[in-house]
Amino acid sequence: MGGSSAAALAADHPLGSGGDVKRTITLIVNGVERQLEVQDHWLLSDVLREQLKLYSVREGCGTAVCGSCTVLLDGRPIASCLTLAARLDGRRIETVEGLSQGERLHPIQEAFLEERAFQCGYCTPGYIMAVKGLLDENPDPSEEELLDYLAGNYCRCAGYPDILRAVNSSRLKLARQRAAAGPPTGS
Amino acid sequence: MAVDVDYTVVGTSVPRLDGLKKVTGRPIYTGDIELPGMLHGAILRSTYPHARVVRVDKTRAERVPGVVAVVSGADVANTPGIDPWYGPVFRDQAILAIDKVRYIGDPVAAVVAADRESAEEALELIEVEYEPLPAVFDPVEAAQPGAPLVHEVLKPARAFADMAHVAAVGGTNVCYHQKVRKGDVEAAFARADYIFEDTYTSPPAQHAPLEPHVTLVYIDEDDRINIWTATQSPSFIRTDIAAIFRVPLNRVRVMVPYLGAGYGSKLYDKLEPLTAYLAYITRKPVRIALSRPEEFLTITKHAVVARCKMGVMKNGDIIACETENYWNTGAYADIGPRVVHKSGYTSAGPYKFPNVKIDAYCVYTNNVPAGAFRGFGVPQIVWAYESQMDVVAHNLGIDPLELRLRHALDEGDEFATGTPMISIGVKQSLRQVAEAIGWDPPRPPRRVYPGSGPLRGKGLACGVKAVLTPSISGAVVHMNADGSVTVLSSTVEMGQGSETALAQIAAEELGVPIQKVRVHLPDTDVTPYDTITAGSRSTYHMGNAIRRAAGQIKQQLFEAAAEVLEANPEDLVLRNERIFVRGAEERGLTIPEVFAVKLGALGTNLVGEATYKTIAEPLDHETGQSKKSTEFWFSGATAAEVEVDPETGQVRVLKLVAAADVGKEVNPHHCVQQIEGAAILTLGLTFFEWMNVDQGQVTNASFLDYQLPSLKDVPPEIVALSVTVPHPDGPYGAKGVGESGTLSVQAAIGNAIYNAVGVRVKDLPITPEKILRALRAAEQS
Repeated sequence: MGGSSAAALAADHPLGSGGDVKRTITLIVNGVERQLEVQDHWLLSDVLREQLKLYSVREGCGTAVCGSCTVLLDGRPIASCLTLAARLDGRRIETVEGLSQGERLHPIQEAFLEERAFQCGYCTPGYIMAVKGLLDENPDPSEEELLDYLAGNYCRCAGYPDILRAVNSSRLKLARQRAAAGPPTGS
Repeated sequence: MAVDVDYTVVGTSVPRLDGLKKVTGRPIYTGDIELPGMLHGAILRSTYPHARVVRVDKTRAERVPGVVAVVSGADVANTPGIDPWYGPVFRDQAILAIDKVRYIGDPVAAVVAADRESAEEALELIEVEYEPLPAVFDPVEAAQPGAPLVHEVLKPARAFADMAHVAAVGGTNVCYHQKVRKGDVEAAFARADYIFEDTYTSPPAQHAPLEPHVTLVYIDEDDRINIWTATQSPSFIRTDIAAIFRVPLNRVRVMVPYLGAGYGSKLYDKLEPLTAYLAYITRKPVRIALSRPEEFLTITKHAVVARCKMGVMKNGDIIACETENYWNTGAYADIGPRVVHKSGYTSAGPYKFPNVKIDAYCVYTNNVPAGAFRGFGVPQIVWAYESQMDVVAHNLGIDPLELRLRHALDEGDEFATGTPMISIGVKQSLRQVAEAIGWDPPRPPRRVYPGSGPLRGKGLACGVKAVLTPSISGAVVHMNADGSVTVLSSTVEMGQGSETALAQIAAEELGVPIQKVRVHLPDTDVTPYDTITAGSRSTYHMGNAIRRAAGQIKQQLFEAAAEVLEANPEDLVLRNERIFVRGAEERGLTIPEVFAVKLGALGTNLVGEATYKTIAEPLDHETGQSKKSTEFWFSGATAAEVEVDPETGQVRVLKLVAAADVGKEVNPHHCVQQIEGAAILTLGLTFFEWMNVDQGQVTNASFLDYQLPSLKDVPPEIVALSVTVPHPDGPYGAKGVGESGTLSVQAAIGNAIYNAVGVRVKDLPITPEKILRALRAAEQS
């Protein structure tokens, strides 16, 4: 494991351990291109939190089990707590901060809000991103597919019945949104 | 359910005030706060369960670039002006282990550095020389004379009134002994037709809030100790930090952002003393954030060995209950004595057994400290007595529901402590879960024949818990001239929805929409003392305090309005942001108009404040008898239908029904969330959660090896029911709801499994392996 330091602090203390070699990478984070200086062993979760101040990315276990740190990498959910940032040059990252458009919530956020699919809220951003990954990939999952996909996101408050309702509501909202947008063009 | 014509906000499922923030990822949690020049602390932990610390060599660690300080227990002990010992019941824990370590994981040294990496690297370069001491891990062994002593001396802390009676008994590992004596159990056993005696165990387990412990301390230019911390007990932290640093209470400020949950793990001192110490010696802001593996070495749920003996007559009357329980509280007492006190005196359940003898021992061992866990020990003890109730029922061929209803306490009946019951909904809870599960007429457990395939069974159980008494909640309410309201309360929002529920109460009292109410997060500079956010106490205690504080404002508004309206203040009503004469709604003023009359300037406010304090009659030391052992009781019941595969031992929970007597639902949806969430969390503890501890070493200290319930563990059918037996002194009749759903799940499942396949597992968790072993043993007998 080995957590990483705040980049700002490391810069203040150039003799800090862990190797000083940094490489510059570009990440497209919530649609914005960001150039970042990272060491090879720095974890994506730390880089997103400490350099980009995206505090919705929360580490719960450090072992890619609990799902609190889930972000989308090129549209697929990953555990950012076990992903090395340095290997992601040029890739696209989405966090919950990028979902809402101003005051307008994403349909999945709307569904989580309406169904109160949160209690302490610590798992919520990761959960919402996992649901987005699921429904982008499979807009109409079976119950079994849904449970399999989301079993990697813990909610220790165990608001699971509310979360299940929110996922189903998200599915319907997104379907309505697609229907309203008309048939897809191209492939 | 009755419709509350009188209430407009209380009793409705208004949306949560924290909702929009939480779905957009915007709430600030403690670990999100950074201060300029902030340093990072890291902890070196003991590798021995019990050892004398001979020498700590810090020289190599101090040379690591970025390291600001390395400290050991000896440094702490030699720091002038501080008392390094702390704890809520006994001051038995030091900022860092002084002279000896008492468990594997005990903090023995710490590093503070510019970044976490440097701090962690330096940790590995600290050399500690230990002289191992004999260790003891089992609570029953540890309670025997001659066992190695974990603590030689005990200093009672006197921090809480309910623990004011603890004594500094030396020469034993038993740091607390709860006794209840009612009637004469020996005589009753002598005349009983049957005696059933069994021992049930619960393992240590993790609270596992997804936000690990984290604390940030900054000592400011006025030498004030500012603490941002993930705690459920801000007022206690202020008290203990002031004691450690020997400063007045107003030199310590504790602020608690939203909590990434707690479930009891974030009560009392955790990282605060060490983080404050590191800030004290470096004069820099310092943060310590625990990793998940460190969580396993910080606090656990109590492991318990519970022996339960019941004396029964042929007609099914249970005439005696004797129970002897050993609570493994680990190396430091933390709140163990309160856990043993509160669950101890309820160890004979919500029943009117005429003869009761309870002995509950809180025992030090060389394990990770155990503390409060959602239910304060009651689930472990319900597991024992509710399993035993079923043993009695099945042996006598009595319907388990009928047996419980026959013995369950009614209004006015005396509890085992002699306290008359007020507002007890245990029978209602039992009946409701029985109805919801489709309780069948009693039938004997099925026999398992080779190839019988999966078998189904139903089980139920109930439990009762007493709220912490005495305890205190203070609240200040501001009403501003525009009718907006600010509530100052030290109740921690940790997911339970207290912010919303407390705002509902303020809105109800002050006749404003809930959107006009803001609840301040705990900040001990501005929010008054509150005992703890735990034990299902906040709605009742803080709710009452807010209600009274708001009532003072209302009185002031009425007096001012009465003059203008030429009416008696008693004849006025405050509703929909208007004050008007009862029966003549047109004769009224808006809230801003009343402010204009009373104060005349823009932006003024009226302030109300109240302290709500409950009182108990302390339990007699020898008999546990008391005319008022608690302010209120809350009970719950669970029913389950399971399917057990005798070939594999796998259990599927087909349906789970959980009922809790909440008194009155302030926010019905939140009550359901609490009951459901508590029940699902407890399913994990029933089937697969346990800390595997080998000679004091936790061998599964990670989520890779310690599983929590996921979406896939939720039963296909789950029903949460709020039972509403109002309490005469509760706000609108409300009691508490945070823990009720945890109480009886484990026993209900165990009883359902017995009903399905005729074997009983007595040691939690109920794994397929244990079921198979039990089935095999039953086959051979």
